[in-house]
Amino acid sequence: MPEPPKVQAMPPGGAPPATSATEWDRVAASPEFRDLMATKKTFIIPAFVFFIVYYFALPVLVGYAPQFMATKVIGNVNLAYLFALSQFFMAWTVAWLYVKAAGGFDRLARDIIEKSESGKGGK
Amino acid sequence: MSTPLVMFLIFIAITLGITYWASKRSTGSSAYFAASRRVTGWQNGIAVAGDYMSAASFLGIAGIIAFQGYDGFLFSVGWLVAYLTVLLVVAEPLRNAGKYTMADVLAYRLKPRPVRAMASLSTLTVSTFYMIAQMVGAGALVALLLKGSGITFHTAVIGVGVLMIVYVVFGGMLATTWVQIIKAILLMGGTLLLSILVLAHFGFHLGAFFDAIGHVTYHDKGQEVVKDFLQPGLRYKPPYGPLELISLGMALIFGTAGLPHILVRFYTVPDAKTARISVVWAMVLIGSFYIMTTFLGFGAATIVGRDFIATHGGTNMSAPLLAQALAGDIFFAFISSIAFATILAVVAGLTISASTSFAHDFWTNVIHKGVERKAGEEVLVARISAFVVGAVAIFVAILLGPTANVAFLVALAFAVAASANLPVIVLSIFWRRFNTVGACLGLGTGLVASIGLILIGPSLMAVDPPTVVGAARHLFQRPAIFPLENPGILSIPLGFLGAILGTLLSHEPSAESKFNELLVRSNTGLGAEKASAH
Repeated sequence: MPEPPKVQAMPPGGAPPATSATEWDRVAASPEFRDLMATKKTFIIPAFVFFIVYYFALPVLVGYAPQFMATKVIGNVNLAYLFALSQFFMAWTVAWLYVKAAGGFDRLARDIIEKSESGKGGK
Repeated sequence: MSTPLVMFLIFIAITLGITYWASKRSTGSSAYFAASRRVTGWQNGIAVAGDYMSAASFLGIAGIIAFQGYDGFLFSVGWLVAYLTVLLVVAEPLRNAGKYTMADVLAYRLKPRPVRAMASLSTLTVSTFYMIAQMVGAGALVALLLKGSGITFHTAVIGVGVLMIVYVVFGGMLATTWVQIIKAILLMGGTLLLSILVLAHFGFHLGAFFDAIGHVTYHDKGQEVVKDFLQPGLRYKPPYGPLELISLGMALIFGTAGLPHILVRFYTVPDAKTARISVVWAMVLIGSFYIMTTFLGFGAATIVGRDFIATHGGTNMSAPLLAQALAGDIFFAFISSIAFATILAVVAGLTISASTSFAHDFWTNVIHKGVERKAGEEVLVARISAFVVGAVAIFVAILLGPTANVAFLVALAFAVAASANLPVIVLSIFWRRFNTVGACLGLGTGLVASIGLILIGPSLMAVDPPTVVGAARHLFQRPAIFPLENPGILSIPLGFLGAILGTLLSHEPSAESKFNELLVRSNTGLGAEKASAH
């Protein structure tokens, strides 16, 4: 387990004890933080769009093409049931891919926190 | 004493023991509201599952599938896929930037008092409506399950209410968490056993099981009907069926990530990474459970049959009756006590989220401007409000009675969460320009639109035949103005629209200048609340 960063928790809306407002702006503008945001967006936005499209295809198809969805595939098991079942595996797969990608976000975030810490230590 | 009652009492004894243990550790705000933020990833994952899978999912879903086949299974799908919104969008930013409630995140860059007041109102609305639905269901169910023990609807409602108050008032978040964990394990175990027994009934031959679902026989208005229960369309029929399905999907996918009792769970873990891991644990459990509703629901339809269930307590009894048909009275008692544990864990989660929001958002931050006047005041106020919320829920549930039409309250809770809470959480985290007027207007519009559309929708507005009497009658005896039971398809866009319009019509430079702080906090965890040392 990495040592947790030693930044003071602060009350919401209260005056930050250690990190000033300009410090947040400085971190937000740093290349490391921009890199983190860009890395997150390249995963999260496509993943979100994919799962929304995949999920809403189910009510749309079941609602507007019930005859087609009633097509039998294996024995009495039809397309409607198989597509609904596939949603579970879709959700688990997206979650698994996200956890893998998030390991990279954590490393980038840790660098930013450490840099912010050492910056304060030098003041 | 009947076997179900004995099993209920064992469960009650264990959970009260946990509450006693937790009460000695629940001193101080962080301990009481967030279990000292020391719940581990897998523990919180199981607790999220226990908090989420209500009687509506265990008994309700089995019943809907048993009576209306495939269409009921669509609820199961939505209830799991919804967790991708929680995972990808809200869990980590919330843990990084908040303290005890969702309003903490909004309060960072917006004017805290109006925003917290509105967020608290929305939280209390979602939690109390959801709770009343659970309590009425619980009362009717417990009375039915314990038939012959002399326990009536009133006794059952009071019993459930008092237990939930005791857990929350004395044991705080720590006791609530462990009640939810035990319930989730019991629920998973019971469901797995029941599924295996259903498969065994068909000689462990999946083909035979699905063939049986292909011709379910029952009587409708005296006529014998044979239907393929895997075919869509038994519940959601034209003209509005398809729209209703999409609207329901929207409420589930966007509402889950705005349910206050789910969101507060992410404050109980040490950091955002653990919050993420706990969502994945929850998804494994919740997904496995909802896949198994195939066996529960269709098993009840094929093995027990609609006709028998309808005359032995109705749809909600499908799962317990299936247990009885497969393995006799002891198993019926076991499944019944799981249903009871399920209800208790969910209402305890709702009570703690409602009382936390009242104490932390409304009392401390709105009335007393963020200052706790003396140590322990916030926890004391939360304990009192948990007591009041519980008492009100008992009172309203008894007033409504066991036949009251309360299913719409669950739809309402999801609609408010999706239309009021989610838009402001998302816009606050992702939109630099977002401001206080936008947040208040968004919360207000989402709340009013959800309640309004349900008031003029078919849940409350319909013409009943004269044979329907008392509380089961619709509130307004006239054709519905809005055709859908789930208002999401209209109320979610309205919630976003309110938030966006309110923002564009006002200026708040301080909200924009503090966006960087929230952005850095929510994405890196810099300055996040830490776990307590003890």
